[in-house]
Amino acid sequence: MAQADATLMDTGGPAAKRGGTEKLVTADGVPLKRALERAQRRRKLVALGLVGPLLLFILTVFVFPIAQMMWLSVSNPQVVNALPRTLEALQDWDGRDLPPEPVYAALHADMVEDLERERRDRLTGPLGIRLNYEISAARSAISRTARQVDSFEAPFKDAFMDAHRLWGQPELWRVIKREGRPLTTSYYVAALDREFDEFGNIVQRDENRRIYVSLFGRTLMLSVIITAMTFLLGFPIAYYMSILPMRHANLLMICVLLPFWTSLLVRTSAWIVLLQQQGVINSGLVGLGIIDDANRISMIYNMTGTIIAMTHILLPFMVLPLYSVMRTIPPSYMRAAKSLGATPSTAFRRVYFPQTLPGIGAGGVLVFIISIGYYITPALVGGQSGRMISNEIARHIQQSLNWGLAAALGTMLLVGVLALYWLYNRLVGADSLKLG
Amino acid sequence: MAMPAYYTTKDKVWHYTFRVICFAIFFFLLAPILIMIPLSFNAAPFFTFTREMLTLQPEGFSLRWYQDFLSSESWMRSIRNSFIIGIAATLLSTTLGTLAALGLSKSEMPAKGLIMGILISPMIVPLIISAAGMFFFFSSIKIAQTYLGVVLAHAALGTPFVVITVTATLVGFDHSLTRAAANLGASPTRTFFKITMPLILPGVISGALFAFITSFDEIVVVLFVAGVEQRTIPREMWSGIREDISPTILAVATILVLISVALLTVVELLRRRGERLRGMTPG
Repeated sequence: MAQADATLMDTGGPAAKRGGTEKLVTADGVPLKRALERAQRRRKLVALGLVGPLLLFILTVFVFPIAQMMWLSVSNPQVVNALPRTLEALQDWDGRDLPPEPVYAALHADMVEDLERERRDRLTGPLGIRLNYEISAARSAISRTARQVDSFEAPFKDAFMDAHRLWGQPELWRVIKREGRPLTTSYYVAALDREFDEFGNIVQRDENRRIYVSLFGRTLMLSVIITAMTFLLGFPIAYYMSILPMRHANLLMICVLLPFWTSLLVRTSAWIVLLQQQGVINSGLVGLGIIDDANRISMIYNMTGTIIAMTHILLPFMVLPLYSVMRTIPPSYMRAAKSLGATPSTAFRRVYFPQTLPGIGAGGVLVFIISIGYYITPALVGGQSGRMISNEIARHIQQSLNWGLAAALGTMLLVGVLALYWLYNRLVGADSLKLG
Repeated sequence: MAMPAYYTTKDKVWHYTFRVICFAIFFFLLAPILIMIPLSFNAAPFFTFTREMLTLQPEGFSLRWYQDFLSSESWMRSIRNSFIIGIAATLLSTTLGTLAALGLSKSEMPAKGLIMGILISPMIVPLIISAAGMFFFFSSIKIAQTYLGVVLAHAALGTPFVVITVTATLVGFDHSLTRAAANLGASPTRTFFKITMPLILPGVISGALFAFITSFDEIVVVLFVAGVEQRTIPREMWSGIREDISPTILAVATILVLISVALLTVVELLRRRGERLRGMTPG
């Protein structure tokens, strides 16, 4: 590539000077245009070849897994795979009373066939788990029936209803019919605190079962508070560093960078040490006689804990962009405003502050994006009231094992963050992301 | 900044108030981290200063938590794991990231914006989502709870930092130097190792450091993808905080703070060297 470059430079120069009438050729007789194109193409291939390995790596290890997770939020193969005959028989059912006998017979056929599979390939297990997301007790209904289904004899309707009471309830049949499609919206419906009523309409859940919308709301509110706090604390120190001589400013910068470089868990445990009931602050206050031993303040394992610890953790992300913007604002502007008769506060408000807006925008969006998806700190110091949406996603993956719901919540969070990032990019450009 | 002579009383009051506020904020930033250092020498299993410590009596202090840390099998394993995973992930992400940055800095690179967006996406996507996605994917191809899985995950998370720092170094790169080398007969490989590499080395090293610290400090992906065998230091601290919180954590934290001070110094020195090499005055 570099060789071709050199050849072009040798011959292209004088050739260009001779003018465009005769056909320009390189030293080895190839028309210049084609040689140039070929060199360009080769350079493009080299560039792609350099980027290729990483691109492939990120696509396989990162982008594909996330796409796969998003797919989980709509993928719904369990009922379709396990009950093909039943679904076909259910097609003419109106959804009001119990389905007729042929449906139960089809269900019997489906379940008996499933029993012939190898144990690990059986489809009734996933089916029970899937239906249990919609109706609790559905899992036990399926597994209990699966154990007995071999001995069932016609009429199957009564046999099934004897095996488990749920088979005598139209609700279960409505769910089977509704979820008997390879794609579903029900995880998103659940993630928005809604459910299907008996006519298949989407309605709000009972008040005491609404969790996620208010959790999204709380996550947003906490992120706004944390962003505002980092702004309130970050603006003065960024300004102070920007008016100091470089040498002193760099010294103070270490105070900002040291927390930035310190392990997240170290910083979180530092706040546990400080804020807990037997911690440094409470003990200090008791020791000084300001509060009673019995009335130690609870500052952690609640929303306050999350806000304090996360403000501390994310403050550097606000200070660094603010500082780099403030450094570029010439002090003469403020002096000019004052000499034109502005009071210091007017000069600050009308001249200085507007120029810091890019930094505020950059820092604000950065802090907001990071805090909205934060997991570790709320999990460790948040208690119940300081939980955020990430904690709920983790709970569904690790404990309740409702992966579809976790994926739906995760997809909603991801879309929100990507939209914010797009905004951030429009505001400041991704290139200005500075590290340390 | 000295106070100008024309300041009124009100100005003076504001001048001092502002400084007091600023130092309070700096205190807020540093104090929580620094306070753990003396507390880690506590002789009693508490998270507060005991009376003996406050009166500076020698029996109030001890190294028992450090001893606890150093003699614990699981902590030692976590240190080993953190370094094995961190170094492997850093090597992978630095190699891939540097090559990609070289490619991205070429003007012939097609679809630059899109590719850059994909490459830095691990930095933007919330960790919980990355962790969840990798957990599902790695379980399905049977590399969850293996070193390979954790290393691949951490390498993916570390590459954006390498790409960004190396691309930033290449912005000030004088391409006529490589052309000169080629003109003098050096092969592309030789040009790379003799000319390009030494010049972008500060960027590569600081990118590698960022990648290492990302892996070293990473916990969310470890929680989902790693098994008991692959527990790293942050994972061990997580159990420490959640299950039995003992001052051993403070001893570990103190050591980690010292490590981050060392890393911070190295990055700062590299930044200055890089600026000097590119003919800028160090700031």
